[in-house]
Amino acid sequence: MNWIHLASILGAAFAISIGAIAPALGQGRAVAAAMDAIARQPEAANTVSRTLFVGLAMIETMAIYCLVIALLLLFANPFA
Amino acid sequence: MKFASPLESHVLFAIGPVPISQPVATTWGIMAFLTIGSWLLTRRLAFRPTRAQAALELVVETIAGQIRETMEAEPRRYLPLIGTLFLFLLVANWSSLIPGVEPPTATLETDAALALIVFGATLWFGVRALGPRAYLATFARPSILLAPLNIVELFTRSFSLMVRLFGNVMSGVFMIGVVLSLAGLLVPIPLMALEMLTGAVQAYIFGALAMVFIGSAISENGARPPSKQESPA
Repeated sequence: MNWIHLASILGAAFAISIGAIAPALGQGRAVAAAMDAIARQPEAANTVSRTLFVGLAMIETMAIYCLVIALLLLFANPFA
Repeated sequence: MKFASPLESHVLFAIGPVPISQPVATTWGIMAFLTIGSWLLTRRLAFRPTRAQAALELVVETIAGQIRETMEAEPRRYLPLIGTLFLFLLVANWSSLIPGVEPPTATLETDAALALIVFGATLWFGVRALGPRAYLATFARPSILLAPLNIVELFTRSFSLMVRLFGNVMSGVFMIGVVLSLAGLLVPIPLMALEMLTGAVQAYIFGALAMVFIGSAISENGARPPSKQESPA
Protein backbone atom coordinates (compact mmCIF):
# COMPACT_ATOMS: atom_id res chain seq x y z
CA MET A 1 0.00 0.00 0.00
CA ASN A 2 1.67 3.16 -1.16
CA TRP A 3 0.56 6.67 -0.42
CA ILE A 4 -1.54 6.97 -3.58
CA HIS A 5 -3.75 4.12 -2.36
CA LEU A 6 -4.02 5.73 1.05
CA ALA A 7 -4.89 9.09 -0.44
CA SER A 8 -7.48 7.50 -2.75
CA ILE A 9 -9.23 5.73 0.10
CA LEU A 10 -9.26 8.85 2.23
CA GLY A 11 -10.39 10.92 -0.72
CA ALA A 12 -13.25 8.53 -1.48
CA ALA A 13 -14.38 8.49 2.13
CA PHE A 14 -14.26 12.26 2.42
CA ALA A 15 -15.95 12.75 -0.96
CA ILE A 16 -18.95 10.67 -0.02
CA SER A 17 -19.20 11.87 3.59
CA ILE A 18 -18.90 15.59 2.90
CA GLY A 19 -20.82 15.26 -0.35
CA ALA A 20 -23.79 13.72 1.42
CA ILE A 21 -24.24 16.62 3.85
CA ALA A 22 -25.38 19.35 1.49
CA PRO A 23 -27.88 17.27 -0.51
CA ALA A 24 -29.32 15.96 2.76
CA LEU A 25 -29.92 19.49 3.99
CA GLY A 26 -31.32 20.50 0.63
CA GLN A 27 -33.68 17.54 0.45
CA GLY A 28 -34.85 18.22 3.99
CA ARG A 29 -35.72 21.78 3.07
CA ALA A 30 -37.46 20.71 -0.12
CA VAL A 31 -39.59 18.11 1.65
CA ALA A 32 -40.45 20.55 4.43
CA ALA A 33 -41.55 23.15 1.92
CA ALA A 34 -43.63 20.59 0.02
CA MET A 35 -45.30 19.43 3.25
CA ASP A 36 -46.10 23.03 4.03
CA ALA A 37 -47.57 23.56 0.58
CA ILE A 38 -49.70 20.40 0.79
CA ALA A 39 -50.94 21.36 4.25
CA ARG A 40 -51.99 24.77 2.98
CA GLN A 41 -53.47 23.53 -0.27
CA PRO A 42 -54.34 19.84 -0.15
CA GLU A 43 -56.01 19.91 -3.57
CA ALA A 44 -52.62 20.69 -5.16
CA ALA A 45 -51.03 17.61 -3.59
CA ASN A 46 -50.65 15.80 -6.91
CA THR A 47 -48.76 18.55 -8.65
CA VAL A 48 -46.70 19.32 -5.57
CA SER A 49 -45.60 15.74 -5.03
CA ARG A 50 -44.74 15.23 -8.68
CA THR A 51 -42.63 18.36 -8.68
CA LEU A 52 -41.15 17.32 -5.36
CA PHE A 53 -40.06 13.93 -6.70
CA VAL A 54 -38.39 15.44 -9.72
CA GLY A 55 -36.75 18.11 -7.58
CA LEU A 56 -35.48 15.56 -5.09
CA ALA A 57 -33.99 13.59 -7.95
CA MET A 58 -32.15 16.72 -9.07
CA ILE A 59 -30.77 17.34 -5.59
CA GLU A 60 -29.85 13.71 -5.18
CA THR A 61 -27.77 13.86 -8.32
CA MET A 62 -25.21 15.92 -6.40
CA ALA A 63 -24.70 13.11 -3.90
CA ILE A 64 -24.61 10.60 -6.75
CA TYR A 65 -21.83 12.57 -8.42
CA CYS A 66 -19.83 12.27 -5.19
CA LEU A 67 -20.53 8.52 -5.13
CA VAL A 68 -19.29 8.17 -8.70
CA ILE A 69 -16.13 10.11 -7.83
CA ALA A 70 -15.56 7.84 -4.85
CA LEU A 71 -16.02 4.75 -7.03
CA LEU A 72 -13.66 6.13 -9.64
CA LEU A 73 -11.05 6.68 -6.93
CA LEU A 74 -11.47 3.16 -5.58
CA PHE A 75 -11.97 1.08 -8.72
CA ALA A 76 -10.80 3.05 -11.74
CA ASN A 77 -8.08 5.22 -10.28
CA PRO A 78 -6.00 6.63 -13.15
CA PHE A 79 -2.92 7.09 -10.94
CA ALA A 80 -2.78 3.88 -8.94
CA MET B 1 -12.24 -8.24 1.07
CA LYS B 2 -12.30 -7.72 -2.68
CA PHE B 3 -15.31 -6.51 -4.62
CA ALA B 4 -15.71 -6.59 -8.35
CA SER B 5 -15.57 -3.12 -9.83
CA PRO B 6 -19.05 -1.81 -10.60
CA LEU B 7 -17.64 0.14 -13.53
CA GLU B 8 -16.83 -2.88 -15.67
CA SER B 9 -18.99 -5.84 -16.65
CA HIS B 10 -17.80 -9.30 -17.47
CA VAL B 11 -18.24 -10.92 -20.85
CA LEU B 12 -20.50 -13.94 -21.08
CA PHE B 13 -19.89 -15.10 -24.65
CA ALA B 14 -19.10 -13.68 -28.05
CA ILE B 15 -21.04 -13.60 -31.30
CA GLY B 16 -18.32 -13.41 -33.92
CA PRO B 17 -16.05 -10.50 -32.96
CA VAL B 18 -18.69 -8.86 -30.74
CA PRO B 19 -18.41 -9.74 -27.05
CA ILE B 20 -21.78 -10.04 -25.29
CA SER B 21 -21.61 -8.98 -21.67
CA GLN B 22 -24.00 -9.96 -18.93
CA PRO B 23 -26.06 -6.71 -18.87
CA VAL B 24 -26.68 -7.02 -22.60
CA ALA B 25 -27.97 -10.56 -22.20
CA THR B 26 -30.21 -9.45 -19.32
CA THR B 27 -31.50 -6.56 -21.43
CA TRP B 28 -32.40 -8.98 -24.20
CA GLY B 29 -34.22 -11.14 -21.69
CA ILE B 30 -36.23 -8.18 -20.40
CA MET B 31 -36.99 -7.05 -23.96
CA ALA B 32 -38.24 -10.52 -24.83
CA PHE B 33 -40.29 -10.66 -21.63
CA LEU B 34 -41.94 -7.28 -22.29
CA THR B 35 -42.53 -7.95 -25.97
CA ILE B 36 -43.99 -11.41 -25.52
CA GLY B 37 -45.95 -10.29 -22.47
CA SER B 38 -47.58 -7.36 -24.22
CA TRP B 39 -48.19 -9.45 -27.33
CA LEU B 40 -49.96 -12.10 -25.27
CA LEU B 41 -51.99 -9.51 -23.37
CA THR B 42 -53.09 -7.53 -26.42
CA ARG B 43 -53.75 -10.57 -28.64
CA ARG B 44 -57.49 -10.62 -28.10
CA LEU B 45 -58.73 -7.27 -26.92
CA ALA B 46 -62.43 -7.13 -26.11
CA PHE B 47 -64.99 -4.48 -25.29
CA ARG B 48 -65.71 -6.20 -22.03
CA PRO B 49 -62.16 -6.45 -20.78
CA THR B 50 -60.82 -9.45 -19.01
CA ARG B 51 -58.98 -8.94 -15.76
CA ALA B 52 -55.55 -8.78 -17.41
CA GLN B 53 -56.76 -6.36 -20.06
CA ALA B 54 -58.29 -4.10 -17.41
CA ALA B 55 -55.00 -4.03 -15.49
CA LEU B 56 -53.08 -3.24 -18.67
CA GLU B 57 -55.54 -0.47 -19.57
CA LEU B 58 -55.09 0.99 -16.10
CA VAL B 59 -51.31 1.15 -16.58
CA VAL B 60 -51.57 2.70 -20.04
CA GLU B 61 -54.22 5.20 -18.92
CA THR B 62 -52.14 6.24 -15.91
CA ILE B 63 -49.07 6.88 -18.02
CA ALA B 64 -51.14 8.74 -20.61
CA GLY B 65 -52.66 10.88 -17.86
CA GLN B 66 -49.24 11.72 -16.49
CA ILE B 67 -48.08 12.74 -19.97
CA ARG B 68 -51.17 14.88 -20.47
CA GLU B 69 -50.64 16.63 -17.15
CA THR B 70 -46.90 17.14 -17.38
CA MET B 71 -46.46 17.98 -21.05
CA GLU B 72 -49.85 19.57 -21.62
CA ALA B 73 -49.97 17.81 -24.96
CA GLU B 74 -51.94 15.02 -26.54
CA PRO B 75 -50.23 11.88 -25.16
CA ARG B 76 -50.79 9.72 -28.23
CA ARG B 77 -47.55 10.66 -29.93
CA TYR B 78 -45.37 10.36 -26.83
CA LEU B 79 -46.97 7.40 -25.10
CA PRO B 80 -44.96 4.68 -26.90
CA LEU B 81 -41.61 6.21 -25.96
CA ILE B 82 -42.38 7.28 -22.40
CA GLY B 83 -44.40 4.19 -21.58
CA THR B 84 -41.76 1.82 -22.92
CA LEU B 85 -39.00 3.66 -21.06
CA PHE B 86 -40.93 3.51 -17.80
CA LEU B 87 -41.93 -0.14 -18.07
CA PHE B 88 -38.49 -1.22 -19.21
CA LEU B 89 -36.82 0.62 -16.34
CA LEU B 90 -39.27 -0.77 -13.83
CA VAL B 91 -38.70 -4.34 -14.93
CA ALA B 92 -34.96 -3.78 -15.25
CA ASN B 93 -34.64 -2.27 -11.77
CA TRP B 94 -36.71 -5.01 -10.21
CA SER B 95 -34.96 -7.79 -12.09
CA SER B 96 -32.38 -7.94 -9.27
CA LEU B 97 -35.00 -9.77 -7.22
CA ILE B 98 -34.41 -12.84 -9.38
CA PRO B 99 -31.39 -14.64 -7.89
CA GLY B 100 -28.31 -14.39 -10.05
CA VAL B 101 -29.61 -11.54 -12.18
CA GLU B 102 -27.98 -8.14 -11.96
CA PRO B 103 -30.10 -5.24 -13.19
CA PRO B 104 -28.74 -3.98 -16.51
CA THR B 105 -29.32 -0.41 -15.35
CA ALA B 106 -26.54 -0.92 -12.79
CA THR B 107 -24.00 -0.57 -15.61
CA LEU B 108 -23.07 2.77 -17.06
CA GLU B 109 -23.46 1.70 -20.70
CA THR B 110 -27.17 0.82 -20.45
CA ASP B 111 -27.93 4.12 -18.76
CA ALA B 112 -25.88 5.98 -21.36
CA ALA B 113 -27.91 4.34 -24.12
CA LEU B 114 -31.19 5.24 -22.44
CA ALA B 115 -30.11 8.84 -21.84
CA LEU B 116 -29.02 9.03 -25.47
CA ILE B 117 -32.50 7.88 -26.54
CA VAL B 118 -34.06 10.68 -24.48
CA PHE B 119 -31.54 13.17 -25.90
CA GLY B 120 -32.38 12.15 -29.45
CA ALA B 121 -36.11 12.12 -28.75
CA THR B 122 -35.93 15.64 -27.32
CA LEU B 123 -34.32 16.96 -30.50
CA TRP B 124 -36.61 14.92 -32.77
CA PHE B 125 -39.87 15.95 -31.12
CA GLY B 126 -38.70 19.56 -30.77
CA VAL B 127 -37.87 19.82 -34.47
CA ARG B 128 -41.04 17.97 -35.40
CA ALA B 129 -43.32 20.17 -33.31
CA LEU B 130 -41.81 23.55 -34.09
CA GLY B 131 -39.78 23.09 -37.27
CA PRO B 132 -35.97 23.39 -37.34
CA ARG B 133 -35.81 27.21 -37.34
CA ALA B 134 -38.26 27.78 -34.53
CA TYR B 135 -36.67 25.01 -32.49
CA LEU B 136 -33.22 26.55 -32.89
CA ALA B 137 -34.69 29.89 -31.92
CA THR B 138 -35.83 28.50 -28.56
CA PHE B 139 -32.17 28.25 -27.59
CA ALA B 140 -31.87 32.03 -27.83
CA ARG B 141 -34.59 32.56 -25.20
CA PRO B 142 -34.88 34.55 -23.06
CA SER B 143 -31.83 36.29 -24.51
CA ILE B 144 -29.20 35.45 -27.12
CA LEU B 145 -26.59 35.75 -24.37
CA LEU B 146 -27.97 32.63 -22.77
CA ALA B 147 -27.67 30.51 -25.91
CA PRO B 148 -24.35 28.88 -24.90
CA LEU B 149 -25.80 28.07 -21.50
CA ASN B 150 -28.89 26.51 -23.06
CA ILE B 151 -26.77 24.38 -25.36
CA VAL B 152 -24.54 23.24 -22.49
CA GLU B 153 -27.66 22.44 -20.49
CA LEU B 154 -28.90 20.20 -23.29
CA PHE B 155 -25.85 17.98 -22.79
CA THR B 156 -25.43 18.20 -19.02
CA ARG B 157 -29.00 17.19 -18.33
CA SER B 158 -28.61 14.07 -20.45
CA PHE B 159 -25.39 13.34 -18.59
CA SER B 160 -27.06 13.81 -15.22
CA LEU B 161 -29.93 11.58 -16.37
CA MET B 162 -27.40 8.84 -17.04
CA VAL B 163 -25.38 9.28 -13.85
CA ARG B 164 -28.47 9.51 -11.64
CA LEU B 165 -29.92 6.23 -12.81
CA PHE B 166 -26.54 4.50 -12.70
CA GLY B 167 -25.66 5.79 -9.24
CA ASN B 168 -28.99 4.91 -7.67
CA VAL B 169 -29.35 1.40 -9.03
CA MET B 170 -25.67 0.50 -8.78
CA SER B 171 -25.32 1.77 -5.21
CA GLY B 172 -28.30 -0.38 -4.22
CA VAL B 173 -26.80 -3.50 -5.79
CA PHE B 174 -23.41 -2.72 -4.29
CA MET B 175 -24.81 -2.10 -0.82
CA ILE B 176 -26.73 -5.39 -0.89
CA GLY B 177 -23.51 -7.12 -1.97
CA VAL B 178 -21.58 -5.63 0.95
CA VAL B 179 -24.26 -6.51 3.50
CA LEU B 180 -24.58 -10.00 2.03
CA SER B 181 -20.88 -10.59 2.52
CA LEU B 182 -21.12 -9.50 6.17
CA ALA B 183 -24.35 -11.22 7.25
CA GLY B 184 -25.86 -13.69 4.86
CA LEU B 185 -29.30 -14.74 5.97
CA LEU B 186 -32.37 -12.44 6.12
CA VAL B 187 -30.38 -9.29 6.92
CA PRO B 188 -30.31 -7.96 3.30
CA ILE B 189 -34.09 -8.29 2.92
CA PRO B 190 -35.01 -4.79 4.27
CA LEU B 191 -32.33 -3.36 2.00
CA MET B 192 -33.83 -5.22 -0.94
CA ALA B 193 -37.24 -3.77 -0.11
CA LEU B 194 -35.66 -0.33 -0.06
CA GLU B 195 -34.01 -1.15 -3.36
CA MET B 196 -37.40 -2.01 -4.87
CA LEU B 197 -38.73 1.36 -3.78
CA THR B 198 -35.68 3.13 -5.19
CA GLY B 199 -36.04 1.23 -8.45
CA ALA B 200 -39.68 2.22 -8.85
CA VAL B 201 -38.97 5.85 -7.96
CA GLN B 202 -36.02 6.00 -10.35
CA ALA B 203 -38.10 4.53 -13.18
CA TYR B 204 -40.79 7.12 -12.49
CA ILE B 205 -38.26 9.94 -12.32
CA PHE B 206 -36.55 8.91 -15.53
CA GLY B 207 -39.91 8.91 -17.29
CA ALA B 208 -40.97 12.19 -15.68
CA LEU B 209 -37.73 13.89 -16.67
CA ALA B 210 -38.01 12.60 -20.22
CA MET B 211 -41.52 14.10 -20.26
CA VAL B 212 -40.26 17.42 -18.90
CA PHE B 213 -37.40 17.60 -21.42
CA ILE B 214 -39.57 16.74 -24.39
CA GLY B 215 -42.35 18.97 -23.08
CA SER B 216 -40.01 21.93 -22.85
CA ALA B 217 -38.70 21.20 -26.35
CA ILE B 218 -42.15 21.15 -27.96
CA SER B 219 -43.55 24.19 -26.20
CA GLU B 220 -43.64 27.41 -28.17
CA ASN B 221 -42.90 29.81 -25.35
CA GLY B 222 -39.22 29.33 -24.78
CA ALA B 223 -36.98 26.64 -23.43
CA ARG B 224 -39.18 25.96 -20.45
CA PRO B 225 -42.90 26.39 -20.08
CA PRO B 226 -44.33 28.13 -17.04
CA SER B 227 -45.61 26.08 -14.10
CA LYS B 228 -43.24 23.28 -14.99
CA GLN B 229 -40.51 21.62 -13.01
CA GLU B 230 -37.15 23.26 -12.55
CA SER B 231 -34.62 22.31 -15.12
CA PRO B 232 -31.78 20.10 -13.93
CA ALA B 233 -28.42 21.17 -12.67
